[in-house]
Amino acid sequence: MSSFLRASYTIAAKDLRSEMRTKEAFNASFSFSLVILVLFSFAFDPSSEELRTISGGLLWLVFSFAGALVLNRSFARELQNDCLDALVSSPAPTSAIFFGKTLANFLLLMIVEIAALAVFAVLYDTHFSKQFWPVVLVMLLGTWGMTVIGTMFSALTVNLRMREMMLPTLVYPLLIPALMAAMTLTSDLMSGTPLGKDNLIWLRVLAGFDFIYTVLAVVFIDIVLVG
Amino acid sequence: MSAAALEVDGVWKYYGDFPALRDIRLSIEPGSTVALLGRNGAGKTTLLRIIAGLSKASEGSVRIQEADVRQQATRRRIGVLGHGISLYDELSATENLVLFAKLYGLKEPERTAGEWLERTGLGRVRDGLVREFSRGMRQRLAVARAFMHEPEVLLLDEPFTSLDDRAITVLQSLLADAHAAGRTIILSTHQLREALEVATHVALIQRGRLAFSGERSQQMIDDLGWLYRTHGEN
Repeated sequence: MSSFLRASYTIAAKDLRSEMRTKEAFNASFSFSLVILVLFSFAFDPSSEELRTISGGLLWLVFSFAGALVLNRSFARELQNDCLDALVSSPAPTSAIFFGKTLANFLLLMIVEIAALAVFAVLYDTHFSKQFWPVVLVMLLGTWGMTVIGTMFSALTVNLRMREMMLPTLVYPLLIPALMAAMTLTSDLMSGTPLGKDNLIWLRVLAGFDFIYTVLAVVFIDIVLVG
Repeated sequence: MSAAALEVDGVWKYYGDFPALRDIRLSIEPGSTVALLGRNGAGKTTLLRIIAGLSKASEGSVRIQEADVRQQATRRRIGVLGHGISLYDELSATENLVLFAKLYGLKEPERTAGEWLERTGLGRVRDGLVREFSRGMRQRLAVARAFMHEPEVLLLDEPFTSLDDRAITVLQSLLADAHAAGRTIILSTHQLREALEVATHVALIQRGRLAFSGERSQQMIDDLGWLYRTHGEN
């Protein structure tokens, strides 16, 4: 277990260090989020009640599209100089390689999402300080589900010529339950409805989704990477 | 007699319906240096990738020191130098070597990385990013990465291709040291002279089949075309 965690940490630290030097994924995904949020602020009246109800949908659409930009780079950066071969032939378990990359993507995506959420709060005059921690919890769970599936499919599509298009095409249909749960919960929380009997089921859906796909990804990653 | 360092048993590899490897059977003794020869597309790289655990055989098995190649302990005993340098451009030379030293579970990653940087003549550029390195420097760093954990079995795919003089010298010296230390080396190559100079054994692959396997003879060095004329297809 300790060698698994050590290898995962080593891979995650490597990916984050590479990203800090190039800022490729962050710049692309944050710029995209910013553009979408600004454009939508022109289309809707930022102070309207209607906006409160669609805020969850808007935010998670931004998060998931921004996520695709981050996740597409994840295994693609290993193609440069055949680095993936060196990782797979090393004694690090393939599940640790996957877990490390997922962790790095998760942290990176959380940073993008927090920055986008701050922009959203300013542009749309949203106050959710009372529900701040529940919103963070939903973001953590939703982002983990998106990252696990995205990283898995990033590995699966890494050798395809059309991988930039294939990744979202394959990932979004699978993400529907998680996105539905995250959107509903976020809209509720933004409207001032706390987590309770009415919406707790969605939190369970989100947690269950994360658990199932994390287990499946760890089990099948060796087949994906080695065949 | 000691157990084979490497045992390839009836390995087939299909790409779709096309058999890239056909019933390869090969047993390599510990301490041997095997030159894996064959023309382009013969199946050398496919075989090396299967031996390295980077690809699965469609049929048959590969065992390294009697253990499955995908076992964690077995992979620690293998060093792989493929076509690519397998280094991260945006990391420094030290960061690259420390990364792999950690993945191989070496006890003092920073110290080991420093030693190998000195050994390959890259000590003065240890903090330079790989993307700023010349081709020769990148290749020497790739050699350091593959040899750093002192593997018992070295798998080298076209190791001399496009190396500069200094990198060739470094690689030949490391190969000689590895051979003297009793390590098993398998190298695929088109450069017959360099390969036969270091090889103790030769394996020739023709269209996915093992056409010849045996000890290297003086005749092979004296007449570089002899092996292909005698055992190969024209």
